[in-house]
Amino acid sequence: MNTGDMAISVRGLTKTFGSRTVVDHFDMDVPKGAIYGFLGPNGSGKTTTIRMMCGLLIPNGGSGQCLGYDILTEPQSIKENVGYMTQRFSLYEDLTIRENLDFIARMYRMKNRKTDVDDALKGLGLTDRANQLAGTLSGGWKQRLSLACCMLHDPQLLLLDEPTAGVDPKARRDFWDEIRRLSAKGVTVLVSTHYMDEAVQCDYIAYIAYGKKLIDGPAPDIPDMIGLNTWRIEGPNITKMEAEMRRTAGVEQVARFGSVLHVSSTDGAALDRVAAEHRKKGTYHWQKQKGGLEEAFIYLMATATDNFTEPKEAAE
Amino acid sequence: MSFSFTRFGAVLFKEFVQMRRDRITFGMMIGVPIMQLLLFGFAINSDPKHLPTLVEMADQGPVTRAVLMGMKTSAYFNFQGIVTSQEDGDRALRDGSASFVVVIPPGFERDVVRGLAPEILLSTDASDPSAAGAAVGAISGIVDKAVRQTLTGPLHYAASAADPFSVTVHKQYNPEGRTSTNIVPGLLGIILSMTMVMITAVAIVRETERGTMEALIATPVRPFEVMLGKIMPYVLVGYVQTLVFLMAAHFLFEVPFIGSPFAFFAGFNLYIVVNLALGFLISTVAKSQMQAMQISFFTLLPSILLSGFMFPFAGMPGWAQTIGTAIPATHFLRLTRKVMLKGADLADISSDMFAMAIIMLVIVTVALKRYRQTLD
Repeated sequence: MNTGDMAISVRGLTKTFGSRTVVDHFDMDVPKGAIYGFLGPNGSGKTTTIRMMCGLLIPNGGSGQCLGYDILTEPQSIKENVGYMTQRFSLYEDLTIRENLDFIARMYRMKNRKTDVDDALKGLGLTDRANQLAGTLSGGWKQRLSLACCMLHDPQLLLLDEPTAGVDPKARRDFWDEIRRLSAKGVTVLVSTHYMDEAVQCDYIAYIAYGKKLIDGPAPDIPDMIGLNTWRIEGPNITKMEAEMRRTAGVEQVARFGSVLHVSSTDGAALDRVAAEHRKKGTYHWQKQKGGLEEAFIYLMATATDNFTEPKEAAE
Repeated sequence: MSFSFTRFGAVLFKEFVQMRRDRITFGMMIGVPIMQLLLFGFAINSDPKHLPTLVEMADQGPVTRAVLMGMKTSAYFNFQGIVTSQEDGDRALRDGSASFVVVIPPGFERDVVRGLAPEILLSTDASDPSAAGAAVGAISGIVDKAVRQTLTGPLHYAASAADPFSVTVHKQYNPEGRTSTNIVPGLLGIILSMTMVMITAVAIVRETERGTMEALIATPVRPFEVMLGKIMPYVLVGYVQTLVFLMAAHFLFEVPFIGSPFAFFAGFNLYIVVNLALGFLISTVAKSQMQAMQISFFTLLPSILLSGFMFPFAGMPGWAQTIGTAIPATHFLRLTRKVMLKGADLADISSDMFAMAIIMLVIVTVALKRYRQTLD
């Protein structure tokens, strides 16, 4: 891949805090214009990685570029061209909506500050409430205001660190509509998330656990890369069946989706044998299906958790 | 890569807006110093008068009455009554109902006339030495004067025969011995220190605690622009406080200002910078606003107790003086008293300025070192 097509391209990124290695030899390529999902459990090092990529933290090892600027030597240029939205609401609650936008605009020394702020307010639909204190906004509106602040200086790259944590489903959907709109305009988006339904909306995905990258690639390819075989089971008393499946040898993973059960295994032949046996009984309806992202992530999380229980300490 | 006035101005403006919205803190910065000034200026008095006094009289002649009258007119003593025995007097001292017991010995007047120099006993409750000190110092003069005034006419010879002792008290710079003249300039140092250190530390830590610092440093703003923009408003608050203070000192307490205003201005600015640096240092240590507040309070107490504000510096043991010398308030206090009360100019306060400069250098060095670490 040509680095010219990459918004972000890092190699061997490593960060240690004291004796703890929080990010360990991390490689990643984010193609321009893509929505790139960054997944992993709490404390896996997602935030630290994002901070290193936008010039907020200097890595202990490794190299890379972000929008063509070296992450080690040109953090100032990266900051000028990147929009970074932090995990927590990080605007001033005791400033009004307009004052917050205006403050950020001045941080980027924008030329047509007044018009840009007015446009942003109009885009948010908050023109009437411009003089309301930001602290009085609801969670969903706070996130949208944060996003508007990040987008104020028209960055080519957006870094969103768990932007929808603790936001209600409707607001999350609106938020993602906005992200897709921006992506359609050519903005590259790197977004970290916990939510499966959000991961599914990404073009590319990287999964990180305990500071190490487990897998990355185009979202549709991820299930194949993991190589999970999946059967879908439907029928009466699915809870009893779930318990039975968890005890059955040859079944590596059992995931329940409402009244439907997905059983998976990396050993396809073994799983097929289990399926054949049960289909003879005829109580349940078994159907083989292509492994989806959901199963893939449940599988990754299960292995990551194992990985994680050994050393207890967590780092964000 | 250079300093941007746009960004610095934006931080400055934002800080003012936040200051205005935070009514309680704003009120504290302006209102509390005035209240403290009024309280301490009027309430603290290390030269107390009208202290409750009892008399044990074993002699009731005109000389005795003259002595008691003299004590009464001095205003130090407020006669509450007469005791008839030593036990009664001791009990009154013990339970605090009297600060003094004056014992006139039997045959006092006769002995005075005979030139035997009899003794008047002044028993005092010395558990609070500063309360009784002034009155004790004044008593012999008062008595002597009273006795001499009575010994006129045929008794004139006794007056000249009386002990030729004389007590000379010469109070310089504060001839009336008014405490407010001493305490008001000192209070300025303490209040400036309190506001500058605490408010600066809290304002910076608040930004980290609320998570806004992270978003702020993700923008192209430089750390220096943030620091300067955050600190400048409080420098202005310090100026306003000082102005209010000097006006109150002049109009309310009639504290003179006879020295060089320029010398005061120079010293006062240096003092503000030292305190801001200290607040900045605390902000690099504290993890929450609460911690910043607590640490600030810990630095405040020595400023009050060891700087010479509360107790005379010269009276402290050597080790305490050493600690006191490391406190910026100590030097600002000396400087202010020198300029306001003794008419000092820049040359007279150079040693204080020098000491503050050294303290500042140490604080800034440590603060910058810590600040670099916390960036990570």
